[in-house]
Amino acid sequence: MTALSAFFYRKPRLRLGFLLSAPLLWLGLAYLGALAALFVTAFWHTDAFTGQVVVEWSLDNFKTLFSDAVYRTITFRTVGIAALVTVIDAVIAFPMAYAMAKLASPRAQRILVIAVMTPLWASYLVKAYAWRSMLSGNGALSWLSPGYGVTATIITLSYLWLPYMILPIYAGLDRLPDSLVDASGDLGARSLRTFRSVILPLTFPAIVAGSIFTFSLSLGDYIAVKIVGGTSQMLGNVVYDNIGAANNLPFAATVATVPVVIMLVYLAAVRRTGALDNL
Amino acid sequence: MKNRKTRLAGLLGASLLLAACGTSGSNSAAPPGAQGFTPPKLEALKALGQPEGQLNVLAWPGYAENGANDPKVNWVTPFEQQTGCKVNVKPFGTSDEAVTLMKTGQYDVVSASGDASLRLVASGDAEPVNTALVPNYADVQPFLKDKSWNSVGGVSYGIPHGWGANLLTWRTDKVTPAPTSWSVMFDANSPYKGKVIAYDSPIYIADAALYLMAHQPDLGIKNPYALDDKQFTAAVNLLKQQRPLVSEYWSDYLKESQALKNADAVVGTAWQVTVNLTKGEGAPLEASVPSEGATGWSDTWMVAAKSQHKTCAYKWLDYIVSPKVNAQVAEYFGEAPANPKACAEMTDKTLCDTYHANDAGYASKIAYWTTPIQQCLDGRTDVKCKDYGEWTKAWTEIKG
Repeated sequence: MTALSAFFYRKPRLRLGFLLSAPLLWLGLAYLGALAALFVTAFWHTDAFTGQVVVEWSLDNFKTLFSDAVYRTITFRTVGIAALVTVIDAVIAFPMAYAMAKLASPRAQRILVIAVMTPLWASYLVKAYAWRSMLSGNGALSWLSPGYGVTATIITLSYLWLPYMILPIYAGLDRLPDSLVDASGDLGARSLRTFRSVILPLTFPAIVAGSIFTFSLSLGDYIAVKIVGGTSQMLGNVVYDNIGAANNLPFAATVATVPVVIMLVYLAAVRRTGALDNL
Repeated sequence: MKNRKTRLAGLLGASLLLAACGTSGSNSAAPPGAQGFTPPKLEALKALGQPEGQLNVLAWPGYAENGANDPKVNWVTPFEQQTGCKVNVKPFGTSDEAVTLMKTGQYDVVSASGDASLRLVASGDAEPVNTALVPNYADVQPFLKDKSWNSVGGVSYGIPHGWGANLLTWRTDKVTPAPTSWSVMFDANSPYKGKVIAYDSPIYIADAALYLMAHQPDLGIKNPYALDDKQFTAAVNLLKQQRPLVSEYWSDYLKESQALKNADAVVGTAWQVTVNLTKGEGAPLEASVPSEGATGWSDTWMVAAKSQHKTCAYKWLDYIVSPKVNAQVAEYFGEAPANPKACAEMTDKTLCDTYHANDAGYASKIAYWTTPIQQCLDGRTDVKCKDYGEWTKAWTEIKG
């Protein structure tokens, strides 16, 4: 044992490699490996009747995905819902996070952070079903949404992902030195100008960081829309139905690459804002 | 960095190249057989052995109650005491889920509806059943035995268990006069627009086909599960026309019950168990089989080919259609029992009449769920029918 530790002590690089091997193995095999397996499956197909996967390389699934109008509609609907949820959350979260970071006393700050996190402790399903009954014909909030559908889905998802937006913005605002805001005021800027020229640019990366959560979580969701979405479906439902109903794992994998690609494009776009350094 | 990027690009390129090897025209016809396909060669059990002590049951909710939902409803525990087979129950929500779960090989028996059973037979997940080892099979209604959904080429693949119709249900306070036709759910001018709740499964296309059988006879639909190109398109178009009327599709019967209770939906397709449950919670609900007839289910208990507990599985098959237990299940779930002797064992003696349990004529009016396959189930050989894979694709399209 001592010989071993002495050996690693003398070879710091080897020691580092040894320590990093477990997390790297996890990332490489379990995480990226699973993604790669998914990508490969997308090129296979299933026997329509027995449902067994047939290992035969073809681009049929991608052809269907691009040629059938219904998948385009669903993709646009999903991206639209995810974008709207992100905007709604950002608009609600910013003032809340600002009040928490800049106006509340340190004691109140801690209580508020806990209060924001409490909904995360309750089960997703309970919250979604609660919204279902609130938005139903004789529910308390039925005026918010004309029955179940896209509106109801956006409301429910906005509620579900709000904490994931508040917390990064709060962290960003917390890091913003008060002295900068004071300096802006001293230089004669009114509050709106200070907000536009000082606060917003400095916290923008934090907002983008929050948007990555809300956007990607909405993009992959299928449960909320199943509960409050009425007849409408999102990409997640197509994936789910193709596994659950059709037992067509290859096509489900094909559809699942769509959100992956959208997220990669989105991440590439926000990389320049420096938001990724904020995660 | 640059180097790594090129290598990654090369890897992606290589996989694309591999993938580009060709698009397959994979519509290979299934080999002919009594029903258009030949099931894998599997042998039924020859004789019972010693019970293995374990049994993993895959069942519709309400089919294998062990007192967990309601302490008064329990027929699993007596079975465990009689046979020493410890039962693990896994409920499933849709036939499609059951088929997927059976592929794991973790279950010994399954209560399969007709839209699942043939798929299980074809994939080799379920094996033939030696009915001689199931004494209670002798009592089962003859009109349920050796049907196209529970046997292939005269070989039995399971024990019929219970049957019923997918009913038309409506809120008596909101829907007047009482509907006698599915047109309240399909007619574009239905006064209940936005208040219709429909079943969420590709098999629901058959409900549209059944409606077309009565309303567009020139399409020549003989069997709602055997649809050629033209008939299939007509059914799919009818469902697309229905979509604006629909408030939501249900696959979870509790979700449907809630929608009917809140009057978010006032008319829809439902099972008797859902109607009973919702009425029990105070909703004014009625249900019937309308003039066009109805689709329905005829369930079969099947044995998994990979089962490690076959003796326990056969004991279960026999137990579940024994008069007393068959009565308990039928009464709890709301369906007609397969064993007519069950009628005498029911707490409510009128139930067998309510569900038309002994009425072969009524049973023949129901279009039982059957897996659609390429070879037309109605016997036509001049056309190809749409298989379940295509039904599933169309279902995504209908929901839009």
